[in-house]
Amino acid sequence: MAPQRIKAIAANTFREAVRDKILYSLLFFALVMIGSSVLVAELTIGEFLKIVKDVGLGSISIFGVLIAVFVGIQLVTREIDRKTVYTVLSKPVHRWEFIVGKFLGLGSTLFVELSIMTAGLLILVGITGSEFAPALAGAVALIYLELLFLTAFSILFSTFSTPTLSALFTLSVYAIGHMSNDIYRFGQKADAEWIRVASRALYYLLPNLEYFNIKNEVVHDVDMLPGQIGYAVVYGLVYTAIVLFAAIVIFERRDFK
Amino acid sequence: MDVIRIEHLHKTYRTGFRMRRQEVIKDLSLTVREGEIYGFIGPNGAGKTSTIKILVGLAHATSGTISLFGKKGPRPEQKALIGFLPERPYFYEYLTAREFLDFYGQLFGVPAPVRARRADKLLERVKLSAWRDTPLHKFSKGMLQRVGVAQALINDPKLVILDEPMSGLDPLGRMLIRDLIVGLKSQHKTVFFSSHILSDVELICDRVGILVDGRMRGEGTLDELLNNKTRFIEIVVRPPLEKLEALRSGLASLAMDVSVQGEERLLVRVGDAAQKRDVLNWLRDRDVDIESLIPRRESLEELFVDELSGGRGDAGVSPG
Ligand SMILES: Nc1ncnc2c1ncn2[C@@H]1O[C@H](COP(=O)(O)OP(=O)(O)O)[C@@H](O)[C@H]1O
Ligand SMILES: [Mg+2]
Repeated sequence: MAPQRIKAIAANTFREAVRDKILYSLLFFALVMIGSSVLVAELTIGEFLKIVKDVGLGSISIFGVLIAVFVGIQLVTREIDRKTVYTVLSKPVHRWEFIVGKFLGLGSTLFVELSIMTAGLLILVGITGSEFAPALAGAVALIYLELLFLTAFSILFSTFSTPTLSALFTLSVYAIGHMSNDIYRFGQKADAEWIRVASRALYYLLPNLEYFNIKNEVVHDVDMLPGQIGYAVVYGLVYTAIVLFAAIVIFERRDFK
Repeated sequence: MDVIRIEHLHKTYRTGFRMRRQEVIKDLSLTVREGEIYGFIGPNGAGKTSTIKILVGLAHATSGTISLFGKKGPRPEQKALIGFLPERPYFYEYLTAREFLDFYGQLFGVPAPVRARRADKLLERVKLSAWRDTPLHKFSKGMLQRVGVAQALINDPKLVILDEPMSGLDPLGRMLIRDLIVGLKSQHKTVFFSSHILSDVELICDRVGILVDGRMRGEGTLDELLNNKTRFIEIVVRPPLEKLEALRSGLASLAMDVSVQGEERLLVRVGDAAQKRDVLNWLRDRDVDIESLIPRRESLEELFVDELSGGRGDAGVSPG
């Protein structure tokens, strides 16, 4: 049965991740960063709590991305490089099940990671005497969506290219995803009509990861519209599904060396 | 029933920057029958692994057909009946032997209690019971190969496909694998394995297929393949030294060939059963002890070298 096989692959992926040292070092540094936000806040004149939240959420996001990209890519390409995928795909396992299983396994790993980092931040905030848990949880949830989105991309790139290139491509998607608003804004200021058209086309074509970024709103206690968050959720899930689908199409066709 | 039937298989890889075409399998046909051990032999680069990958669905055929258990494949329902050990396998090294087998059991949908029971039994069979809770990264090469075989058996398959299961192992490791393969046959499983180590194939295979440069150069039982090679029997005797010369001249007329070996032994070659009987009777009449009697046939090795060096094409075989 497909669900059982997908579950087996996902569980195995999760197990591999949690037995991997890289994950712990990234996690360790993330917690150090979050903790050090207190130091930064102490040294800075301004609102202590805002800085803790800001640095904390920033660290969660950055380290989440690093884990999604490096651990994610490694867990897929290593299967192909080390040929463990041979023993899996020669069994009555559909290739799409492998991709979906990998995605869910990585997704669960990231979920646990984010929970640990968030717990770290909450403890810190709690110690420093504030309550902003719901907003914080919202911000982290959107970060999680962004990470799922990037995971789908790292799987996509891993299905046809080397680990290094996959990492490069995925980080590019991340960078571009956060720049597409700027591309649009600068493009619209141009005199030439075609640049304005092109920048608008690019804006709709390229992924826009700023939808998932509500860190500023949370830090500065700005009210958010529910529609804004709802849109981000739908956007993230649909886009992720499309990218995963592309990964499956490529993976179905390939020969294994 | 034919468990595997490959007909007119072609595989072309496109490699390099310019996507140069390289045809690595050329019109390959072969059949593997139920219950037999089939040795798929050929030098490195012949295309054995490529063929096997297509059989188990890891690569796609350029053209040709594959039938497994009488139906076109490979499809998941057929893969459910196959056990496969890849060439030079790497395994999930963070798993313990037991977790490892359990994972593959799950992929086959084997229920949990059956998985556990089977895993323990298989680990016993490949002599790894003592290591069941050890992570695989602590395993030696031979142990990995054996846990790999166990992995290939977790679904109690009807057909077991092993790609170079013995290469890279020490003599003891090879023997263990060989015994495992023979054991599979006695459980009425069909075994298809590739090798470039001929002695392993020679000892245990019912039939062999010879693949050279992507083409089948012969298929059949070892007897068929080696049939019209000159065979002879070597008889070694060690008579008292003073009789040596007399025996030599006496035997010369009975045997194919007689020669003195190391100054004290006689090596007598006879071509057929009649000659053998005559020689043995003659020796018994003269009270000469026989040190050894060995039938010599052309080894697979020799046949193989012939095929490689352009082939005489008279090995009593037809392609496919
Ligand atoms: N994925 C691939 N892409 C391109 N060429 C390949 C690929 N796999 C194998 N080859 C080539 O195909 C030929 C046969 O290889 P292989 O099937 O591994 O032979 P064997 O298993 O008999 O040693 C070799 O020349 C090898 O270089
Ligand atoms: Mg090979």
